[in-house]
Amino acid sequence: MNFTLSYLLEQTINGITLGGLYALVALGYTMVYGILLMINFAHSELFMAGGYVGLGVLKLLADPAIAKGGLSFLAPMQAFFNSGTAGFVALIAVTFLISAIVVGLMGVFIERFAYRPLRHAPRLAPLISAIGVSIFLQNAALLWISSKQLPYSRADGTSFVPAKTAFTVFGVSVSTMQIMIIVTSLLLLAFLDTFVSKTRIGKAMRATSQDREAAGLMGVNINSVIALAFFIGPALGAVAGVFNGMYYGSVKFNMGFIPGIKSFTAAVIGGIGNLRGAMLGGFLLGIIESLASGFISNAYRDVIAFIVLILVLVFRPGGLLGEAVAEKV
Amino acid sequence: MATDMTRSRSVKRPAVPPRKLALWIVLALALIIVPVTLQAAAGLGFLVRILVIVGIWVLLALGLNIVVGYAGLLDLGYIAFYAMGGYAGMLVGQAVSGRLGGATFWVVLIPAALAGTLTGLVLGFPVLKLRGDYLAIVTLGFGEIVRICLNNDLLGLSNGATGLPRGVEQVVPPWPANWLADNVRFPTPIGEFAFGTNLFWYFVVLMLIIGAIVMIRRLDNSRLGRAWVAMRENEVAAAACGINIRTQKLWAFALGAMSGGIAGVTFAYVQQFISPESFTFMESVFVVCVVVLGGMGSIPGVIVGALLIRGVPDLIQGLMVAGVIQLSGDATSMITGYRFLVFGLLMVIMMAVRPQGIIPSKRRALELHPEDDRTLAEEDMQLWDTSHRDISPDDV
Repeated sequence: MNFTLSYLLEQTINGITLGGLYALVALGYTMVYGILLMINFAHSELFMAGGYVGLGVLKLLADPAIAKGGLSFLAPMQAFFNSGTAGFVALIAVTFLISAIVVGLMGVFIERFAYRPLRHAPRLAPLISAIGVSIFLQNAALLWISSKQLPYSRADGTSFVPAKTAFTVFGVSVSTMQIMIIVTSLLLLAFLDTFVSKTRIGKAMRATSQDREAAGLMGVNINSVIALAFFIGPALGAVAGVFNGMYYGSVKFNMGFIPGIKSFTAAVIGGIGNLRGAMLGGFLLGIIESLASGFISNAYRDVIAFIVLILVLVFRPGGLLGEAVAEKV
Repeated sequence: MATDMTRSRSVKRPAVPPRKLALWIVLALALIIVPVTLQAAAGLGFLVRILVIVGIWVLLALGLNIVVGYAGLLDLGYIAFYAMGGYAGMLVGQAVSGRLGGATFWVVLIPAALAGTLTGLVLGFPVLKLRGDYLAIVTLGFGEIVRICLNNDLLGLSNGATGLPRGVEQVVPPWPANWLADNVRFPTPIGEFAFGTNLFWYFVVLMLIIGAIVMIRRLDNSRLGRAWVAMRENEVAAAACGINIRTQKLWAFALGAMSGGIAGVTFAYVQQFISPESFTFMESVFVVCVVVLGGMGSIPGVIVGALLIRGVPDLIQGLMVAGVIQLSGDATSMITGYRFLVFGLLMVIMMAVRPQGIIPSKRRALELHPEDDRTLAEEDMQLWDTSHRDISPDDV
C-alpha cells in the first residue's frame, strides 16, 4: 500500500464527493423519518429515477442524435445548450430543475397513495408498503426502460460533462465534476437548513415532527407539510441521482440500492430526524468509506461503513447529533 | 409452585370439538397425500421441490416471527442467521461426512443451530438496547457484513463467491433418502411413484416445521411468551413490572436465530450447495414481508405468507419451465418480468386494505394499540363533521 500524502488527499477528495451524494440522499430519509417516523424504503428508487429522468432530459436537450432521429424541432435548442460555457451551465441547471420537479412529484404521489392511507396502521405496515413501492419502481425501470446499464452520454459516446481537471492541489487533480458535486450539495444543504430553521413553512415542519397532533391543533396543515417533505426529499435525491449518473458515467435500474442503504446509514450516524446530522453523517461516511477502500481494502468498504455505524450506535445510541429522546410514558 | 402445578394438572383440558378434530385430520392427510400424488403424477414432480423451498421459508419466517411478531423487534438482517447456519452446517458436515456418511445431516443440525444462536447472541448483546428503527438498520448492516465477509472469504473457510462445497467434494444425502429412492417405487394410475429426494426433503422439512410450531406454541404460553407480549405492548411498563427487558430480548433473538440456523443448514443440504448470493438483503426483506403480510405473531399467517411470497412466483416460473402453461416466448418473458412488478403493487395494496396481515394473530388483536385512541378520535371527528357540515375543517 502506497501511503503518500497526495494519495491521502486524493482519497479524501473522493470521499467528500461521495459524501455530498450521500448527504443529499440522506436528507430525504431523515426528513421523512423526522415527520412520519418511517423508513421510506422507496427513496433509493427515487434516487434511481432521478438518474433516469436526468439522462432523458440531457438527451433531449443536448444529444444531436435525438434531434436527427425525428424530433428536429429540438435542434435549435440543442445548438444553444451545446455551445460554450453559458449553454453548458443552462443545460445543467435545466436538467437538475426538471429532474428534481419530476421526481419530487413522484414522491408526493407515492406518499398520497401508498403511505397516507397507512398513517394510523401498525408501525410496520408503511415499511412494507414502502418496500412494495421500491420493488415496483425497480421493476418498472427494468421492464419499461432497460434492463441494461445505460451510458450517461450522447449517442456518439461523448459525455455531457467534459472530464476536465478544475485545478491541482499538491499534485492531486480535482475534476470539474467533483467541484460541481461538492459545491452544489453544500449549497443545497445550506439552503434547506435555512429554509427549515428560518421560514414559516420550516417552522411548521419542525412543529409537525415534534408532535403531529399538537401541530395540527395549532393550525398547521399536516397533510401539506408531509407532502412538502415528500417533495423536497426526493427532489434532493434526484439531484444526487443525476450527479451519480454523471460521476460514474452510467445508470442502471438497481443503482439505487447500495447508495440508498448507505445514505440511510449516514442519516442514522448523524442522528435520524436531524437535518444537520444527515449532512454530517453523509460527509463522514463518504470520507470514511473512501479512505477505507483506499488504505484498508476495497472489498471490505461496505463492511467498514457498517461497523462504523454499529460502533456509533453502541456508544451514542441517538446518533452523533441526535438528542437523547426520553421515553414517553 | 408445587400446588399450582398439581392444580393446573387436575384441571381438565376442554375437549377438542369434533369439527376441529376433523379439520385437523383432513389437514394432516392432505399434507401427506398431496405431495405423494404430485410426486407420482408425471411432470408435476417439480411442485414437490417448490413445496420444499416454501417449507424452508416457513421455517425461516417462523423464526423471524419470534423476533418481529412476538418480541416486536424489527430485524432486517435475519438472513445472516440463515447464512451462518448454512455455512456452519456445511463446513462441519464436509469435515465429518467421511466418518458419518448418511448421518451427517442429522448431526450437523446441532452445530448449525448453535452457530445461529451464537450469532444471534453476539449481535444481540450490544445492540438490543437500541430503539426500534436503529435496531433495524444495525441488523441490516450486520446482515450485509456477514454476506460480504463470506463473499470475500474473510476466514479462509467460506470459499468466497463460489461457495461450498469446494471443487470435487460431494454432499452426502442424509439417511434414508437413498434407500427410499432405491426401494420405494410402484406403479399408480397416474404414473410411476418413486420416493424421490425431493419428497424425502418435503417430509424432513415438514417435521422440522411441526417441531418449530410446537416449540413456539409452548413458548407463547410460557412466562417468556407473556413477557414478550408485555414488552411489545409497553417496554417501560413491562420493566416496571419486573421483566428484565434485555434478557427477554436476547432470548427472542437467540431463539429466532436458532430457527434461522436450522433453516439455513436444511437449505444448504437440499441444494447440496451454498453460496453468498442466497443471502442478500432482499432475502431478508422478503422474510419480513412473509411475516408482516401473513400476520405478525400468527403461525397460520406466516405459513400463508410464505406460500404466497415464495410459492406463487416459483410456481409460475416452474409451470412455465415445465411447459404446463404453454405460452409464446413474448408472453413468457412478460410474465417473468411482471411477476415482481405485480408483487410490489400487491404489497402496497395489501397494506392499505389489511395492514394487520392476512390471518392476524388473535392475541395481538386483543391488545391495546395507540392507534385505537386515534381511531376513536377520528370517529368523534366524523360525528362532528356530520353535524357541522357547513364548516370546513380548515376553518377550525
